[in-house]
Amino acid sequence: MSTATAPTTLAEAVSSPAAPAAAGRVARLLRVRPLVAVLAAFAVAALWEAYKLLGPEQGWSLGETRLLPRTTAMAMPHTWDVAARLLEPVSGATGAEALWVAVLRAGASSAGIALTGWAIGVAVGAVLAVTMQRLRVVESAVLPLVVLSQTVPLIALAPLVRSWGSRLELGAVTWQPWMSVAVIASYLAFFPVAVGMLRGLQSPDTIHVELMRAYGAGWWTTLVALRLPAAVPHLLPALRLAAANAVVGTVVAEVATGLPGGLGRMILEFANFAASDPPKPWAPILGAVALGLLAAGLVALLGRALHRYRRTEVAS
Amino acid sequence: MRTTTYRGAAVAAVAAAGLLLTACSSTDGAEASGGGTAAGDDLTPVTLQLQWLTQAQFAGYYAAVDQGYYADEGLDVQIVPSGGDVVPQDALAAGEVDYAIAWVPKVLGSIEQGAQVTHVAQVFERSATLQVAFADSGITSVADLAGKKVGSWGYGNEWELFAGLNQAGVEDFELVTQAFDMLGLLSGDIDAAQAMTYNEYAQLLETVDPDTGELYQPEDFTVIDWNDEGVAMLQDAIWADAARLADDEEYQETTVKFLKASLKGWVYARDNPQEAADIVTAAGSTLGTSHQLWMTNEVNKLVWPSTGGIGLVDPAAWDRTVALALETSNETGATIITQEPPDTAYTSEYVERALAELAEEGVDTFGAVFEPIDVELAEGGN
Repeated sequence: MSTATAPTTLAEAVSSPAAPAAAGRVARLLRVRPLVAVLAAFAVAALWEAYKLLGPEQGWSLGETRLLPRTTAMAMPHTWDVAARLLEPVSGATGAEALWVAVLRAGASSAGIALTGWAIGVAVGAVLAVTMQRLRVVESAVLPLVVLSQTVPLIALAPLVRSWGSRLELGAVTWQPWMSVAVIASYLAFFPVAVGMLRGLQSPDTIHVELMRAYGAGWWTTLVALRLPAAVPHLLPALRLAAANAVVGTVVAEVATGLPGGLGRMILEFANFAASDPPKPWAPILGAVALGLLAAGLVALLGRALHRYRRTEVAS
Repeated sequence: MRTTTYRGAAVAAVAAAGLLLTACSSTDGAEASGGGTAAGDDLTPVTLQLQWLTQAQFAGYYAAVDQGYYADEGLDVQIVPSGGDVVPQDALAAGEVDYAIAWVPKVLGSIEQGAQVTHVAQVFERSATLQVAFADSGITSVADLAGKKVGSWGYGNEWELFAGLNQAGVEDFELVTQAFDMLGLLSGDIDAAQAMTYNEYAQLLETVDPDTGELYQPEDFTVIDWNDEGVAMLQDAIWADAARLADDEEYQETTVKFLKASLKGWVYARDNPQEAADIVTAAGSTLGTSHQLWMTNEVNKLVWPSTGGIGLVDPAAWDRTVALALETSNETGATIITQEPPDTAYTSEYVERALAELAEEGVDTFGAVFEPIDVELAEGGN
């Protein structure tokens, strides 16, 4: 239970007092997380432009398989063209809002659904993990099914969920199309939580478990006092994976069911303009990337709140 | 001190989450309804499943909602757009919706698989499917497709192409699955690409030709029109639930009312193409204004002038579609159907009643003097 922690980032490791002053300054700058994020975005843009400049215009294919993409204006518009397009109106219609506003609006709609899906997924995953930890027989029976569940292709699942949902009667609440999308997102999100949390709950050393038993602590007390805190380092990466899965699941399910309002539908709709307005289809894709980052950020905040239990995070 | 910060962060996370949820529910309320009018207690709720996103291909239905034609008939119609994986006739057969829009050959296949649906009105009299190639490719007829890379979306959109290839005896061609854009043709991955007159063909004409710096012109392309090749199959039709049509009197009456108002919406789109395009855009389509108007105009050309009155299926065209569905084989040798469809596959009973009521109101359901408008496409469809 030592409180000493290893340097968590490279920057921290570099910024020892012995390092030269210049390196120290850079290292200090690199500790500013938002700055690093912006720098990373610029690095990706620079990589894009470098390939566009140096890559073969018609790309490169080995036989029928395309290994390098084309670099034409249609296939890879300049990053600054995409940025400029974001500031222009969505369409020529009078009173059309700017593209970035439309993307933001769609992103907010998708974010709400992804968050709902994530929350349901985390709840279901946690209940499954605790049940599996409690009863060995449940683990043997359910764990293979949990793994198997992720092999069902989303394309097959989306129309089914939509179909079931539309025939569901929940008293006063009628099933809304966005709920189908949230269910699909949760279907992808519960998996890492169930598996990761189960490992975490099983992670306390036998000696600790036996100590609890010696104290006469019951299952519930052991769970709350020992297993749950021990599960946190396993749970955090699982929650992050779940967040990414929820975003992907939301966008893909929006494409599959054509739910209006979100980023998936926008991607589908803007594919129309791939030739005539090449930067436009990239806008909702950027929106999806931003949504993924937002989701990761929210989980990171959650991680800070659970900092007390998070001695070393376990890679999963 | 530190704990406070973390707690603050957690509170911020929860607050952000709450905000997002609120944002989500408010946008959903506004957009998911697809433009249903306020549901009065005396209106019958009806859902219509489209076969693609909100766009002018379905202008008549959106116009009927907007102009209150459905409400006049006592219906509260909710239009449900579809996406990549939604099959309208399956949604209808599963009881998710009350009516669906779908192409006839696709549904004939579903009926043979057991879907209990009935064709109640044929909205598009003509086919809109083209096979488009560059003018300098030397492809001017179906026979020229031999040895070429031929694009198609698949998912049942390919049957006219195969019927044409079968008829011309072309067997050596490379079938390329096309994306929802025309980049395949423009970048040379596809020699002849599938295109709808009202959508993908317009996408080409909205694109700047890198050689001239101007928009591509119709002269830059050659077009194979399946109407001219004699292998056109019936496209957008209104389908109803066969089981409910058989023994549910209320549903039968609703069907007549629904058809009457829908067809009236199409008459509105014919007489007011610009307004109809604007209605579709207002209903949530993000297509550009010139593209939307082009689509409305092209779709009008598929409907008008109507030979027997809008919605009435031409038995000869139906028989040709069935015959082609029976004999056309795709690259795997499969046909759409292996036996004649059942008698419940189509009925003119309800559309005839709807047309009679429209005639009584003095609505022109033939559009014999219909003239399409001229639409100039702008770059990016704006």
